[in-house]
Formats: sequence, C-alpha cells, structure tokens
Amino acid sequence: MTVQTLEIKGSLFSAAFKTTIPVLAGYLGLGLAFGIMLEDLGYNALWAAFFSLVAYGGTIQYLAIALLSTVFNPLEALFLSVLVNFRHLFYGITMAEKFRGVGKKKLALIFGLSDETFSLLSTTELPEGTDRGKFYLYVTLLDHSYWILGSFLGGIAGSLISFNTAGISFVLTALFVVLFMEQLKNRSNIIPGIIGLGATLISLLFFGDNLIIPAMALIMVAMLAMRRYDVLRH
Amino acid sequence: MYSDIEMIVFIFACGLGTFLTRVIPFIFLPEGKETPRIILYLGRVLPAACMGLLIVYCLKDVGLLSFPHGIPEAIGILSVAILHKWKGNALLSIFGGTIIYMVLVQTVFI
Repeated sequence: MTVQTLEIKGSLFSAAFKTTIPVLAGYLGLGLAFGIMLEDLGYNALWAAFFSLVAYGGTIQYLAIALLSTVFNPLEALFLSVLVNFRHLFYGITMAEKFRGVGKKKLALIFGLSDETFSLLSTTELPEGTDRGKFYLYVTLLDHSYWILGSFLGGIAGSLISFNTAGISFVLTALFVVLFMEQLKNRSNIIPGIIGLGATLISLLFFGDNLIIPAMALIMVAMLAMRRYDVLRH
Repeated sequence: MYSDIEMIVFIFACGLGTFLTRVIPFIFLPEGKETPRIILYLGRVLPAACMGLLIVYCLKDVGLLSFPHGIPEAIGILSVAILHKWKGNALLSIFGGTIIYMVLVQTVFI
C-alpha cells in the first residue's frame, strides 16, 4: 500500500467524496447483487437496506443469503459472522493509532470499518491541520451509505424486473476466489490456504451441512500445531 | 421463509458478530500495549484459511455424481481465476465469472 498525502481543494466533504468514488462503483454493484438475491428469497428492498445498515459486511451478507434458506439458527449466524470477519481484528490493530483522539466519532468509525473503508483510511495521509476525525467520519458514512443504497436499489430492481436470477449467488463464490487469490500472492499464505480448503473438505465429508464449526476448530488446531512445531515461523 | 421477528434477530446476530470483530481490538489492545504474538500469528494465517473455508462452504451443495457433475462451477471458478490473473481487477473478475456461470446454468447445463 502506498501512503500519499491527500490534496484538499474545496471543502473537506468534497475531498472525502472524491476519495470514495472507486468504492461508490464497487458498492453499488455488489450491494445491488445483494438486494436482488434477498428479493429473490422473498425479502423486499426495505429488508435489504435494513440488513445493510445493521450488519454492514459484504461477506457475511452474501453468506446470509445461503443461511436464509436453512433452518433459523442465529447462533450459527453470529459465529459465522465472527469467522468471516476475523480479519477485521487486524484492521482495528492497524487503525488504533489513527483513531486516537477523535472523540465520540470513534464508535461510528469502528462500526463502519469495512474492508474498503479500511483500505481508504489506512492509505490516505492527511495534510497538517486537517480535522482527521471529521474526514474519517465522512469517508466511513459515505461508503456505508453507498452500500445501503445499492442494496435498496437491488431490492427494487429485483421486484420490478423479473429476470432469470438462476446462478446469481455464484457472485459469492467468485468473491471468495478473488480474495483467496489475493491472499495467495503472499507465498507464506499458501499453506494456510490449503489447510483452509482441506480442513473444510474433510469437515464436509463428516458433518455435511453443519460443516462450519468443525471446520473452524480443525483449522485452529492445525494452525496452532504448526506454530508449535515451527512450520510457519518466518 | 423466516418470520419478521426471526429475520430481525438473524440480522442483529450478523451485525453483532461483525461489530465484535471490529471493536475487540480497541477494547483489548489499547495503544501503547504490545499485541500478543499469538494474535499476530493468527492474524497472519487465518485470512487465507478462512477464504479456503468459504470457497468450500459455497460449493457444499454441488453434486459431483449427478448431472452436471460440478462442471459449471469448475468453469465459473476457472473464469474468475483467469480473469483475475489477466486483468487483476476484482470487480471484473467477480462479475465476469458470475455472468459466465449464470449463462452456463441457464442455457447450456439445464
């Protein structure tokens, strides 16, 4: 990641808006797909917008589409959202210093610390004398609102246009394949990646649909064992 | 379908899990305090493992023994991988691969 000092012409808000334009495009597209899939399951645009407001995390929302066609199990949803968002722990560690001294805004910044918002905030260096907290808050709220808007529009589109959505949930698989490939660019991630695939396949063979929690346990055991026996130490 | 109450509980469960992963570092790892090494280690190895887990999870209902034997999924994943290797644009890879898969399951492998 390159850190560059942002040039601020005009208001702080317009500078924040310009920073978020790439996210605007991505979030409208991915949000739209979420809204369409949710509408497809029978939940309208308001549900999509509410979902995106409360549980703001693309990965868990796409997975929720899969969960929603199984038996109601909020505990599994909770576990799964912790698991798929585990990487956020490290965003927090990274941003702890930057978020220092922003006051009450901090809670909002933490709530909205998505992958994309993190990547913007962690790579943008602000000029001296800028109200950091305010800029961060603008970026965070703009990104979140694009996501809510995209989801809502998806729900509307899904109810107005009837098109054949068979196979649209593959967007989730595709997202994970891309994130997986991004991870593997770092060679030290290859073994953990293979363990993730292998442990989950084994878990699928033995536990069928209830594979998530055993797979998580297997992965943790494998990772801790490798650490103990120094396999992955760099 | 879930009832309204179930749906609200479900959404808040997803929201709570997501928020926890974001807020925990700020609670347990205040500035000036060193991050435990085990956390740093897990932070390094878990993201790749999680993505592997999620890929398999998404494919769990694919039947290899019956038609179409997972062929559309295989082509879809290959398309995503090739697009991503070629252009390196995440959105293009995701939507390109999805469109190819949708065309396959709607027109070729019916």
